[in-house]
Amino acid sequence: MKIDFSGLESTAPLCGANSEMFDGISTSPSFQIPDTTDFDDFQKEAIQMVKPAKGTTTLAFIFKEGVMVAADSRASMGGYISSQSVKKIIEINPYMLGTMAGGAADCQFWHRNLGIKCRLHELANKRRISVTGASKLLANILYSYRGMGLSVGTMIAGWDEKGPGLYYVDSEGGRLKGTKFSVGSGSPYAYGILDSGYRYDMTVEEAAELARRSIYHATFRDGASGGVASVYYVGPTGWKKLSGDDVGELHYMYNPVEPTVVEQEMSEA
Amino acid sequence: MESVFGLVGADFALVVADSSAVHSILVHKSNEDKIMVLDSHKLLGASGESGDRAQFTEYIQKNVALYQFRNGIPLTTAAAANFTRGELATALRKNPYSVNILMAGYDKGTGPSLYYIDYIASLHKVEKGAFGYGSYFSLAMMDRHYRKDMTVEEAVELVDKCIIEIRSRLVVAPPNFVIKIVDKDGAREYAWRESIKDTSVPTA
Repeated sequence: MKIDFSGLESTAPLCGANSEMFDGISTSPSFQIPDTTDFDDFQKEAIQMVKPAKGTTTLAFIFKEGVMVAADSRASMGGYISSQSVKKIIEINPYMLGTMAGGAADCQFWHRNLGIKCRLHELANKRRISVTGASKLLANILYSYRGMGLSVGTMIAGWDEKGPGLYYVDSEGGRLKGTKFSVGSGSPYAYGILDSGYRYDMTVEEAAELARRSIYHATFRDGASGGVASVYYVGPTGWKKLSGDDVGELHYMYNPVEPTVVEQEMSEA
Repeated sequence: MESVFGLVGADFALVVADSSAVHSILVHKSNEDKIMVLDSHKLLGASGESGDRAQFTEYIQKNVALYQFRNGIPLTTAAAANFTRGELATALRKNPYSVNILMAGYDKGTGPSLYYIDYIASLHKVEKGAFGYGSYFSLAMMDRHYRKDMTVEEAVELVDKCIIEIRSRLVVAPPNFVIKIVDKDGAREYAWRESIKDTSVPTA
């Protein structure tokens, strides 16, 4: 199996930054390589050191009107919440979205890479790539890097010539076609809400509310998920962001505070 | 957990597989078809890591098709099984595929046959075989009730017995199964045994 390194190819020619010949002349960009004999293990250690975003809740489902995609926005490194404003729904092109679970950098990089490949397909073939095709491009790349430490759990959702499309793709090389997926540490909670509330003939509003509620309930029970519940909808005319609500505010919206009578009041003795 | 099994009957061979796509404790999908129709008269039931399973079975399918294009005649089931074994064996000492395969086929002259190929590239011609946790139950059931001269109806009855046993005795039993058959008329899907209905993908 040949590994696809095309995503890593540099457009600028490579030459040393400190070459005497080029002294004074503008040199092309280069970067330092860590001073180590065992580069692969160094990388492994480095990955372990800055363990990327793991705790996540993302979901997507197909219904009558298209695909609904939703995610939380928390990034954590162990017990530390490193960000509450991560964009976990990645816009690949106006008709396709990717979701991010697992390594943030891996997901971002390979989705951007997929975006490039999809655009090139569009230019070469004069038509947009199918969701099936796009997900397979990604799955094949991830499969070629299997066992090398990539951590990606993603859903590719979009609208193509055949209508709505949804695939689950992960860094073990798995690729599943389906109508309803949830990925990340909060996914069991999200599945609970999603499975009980799902109907194929929902309206866009109902579907958006189901997606938002599923994310909310996942963030409530899963400590590694939180922040903002964003909801995207992909229809025949492309994707649209429908909402982005702080789950803290959603909590009080779904569970209004009821005024309670004061049972005991402190009084001066 | 994964259950793939198959048997050879009087003038046909059949493969059964569960249809769950599982990640740790989560069932992502319960209508995933794990039996590939390799060519007009061959079935390939596979279990193992999902990435390897999809990549490897597709690789075998395309290479079997390539052989047919180049030579104008299809590979026999025995040839396809030996080819598959060979590919697994060469990969074994480089980057092994973790897939177990049951290959069923029907050839003119030889009739129906079933081949058992596991991830460490052993190849056996069998009349009944099984992989995964379900194999503990289905193997015993098949040992007890199998006959060489079974009709399709009798074989499917045995398959249903196996499925019932797996569903009732296996802790992590998969809910749904797919049954595929190959005989002189070709390889085809025979039936699904579903206890949970997963919403099917509306568009092709």
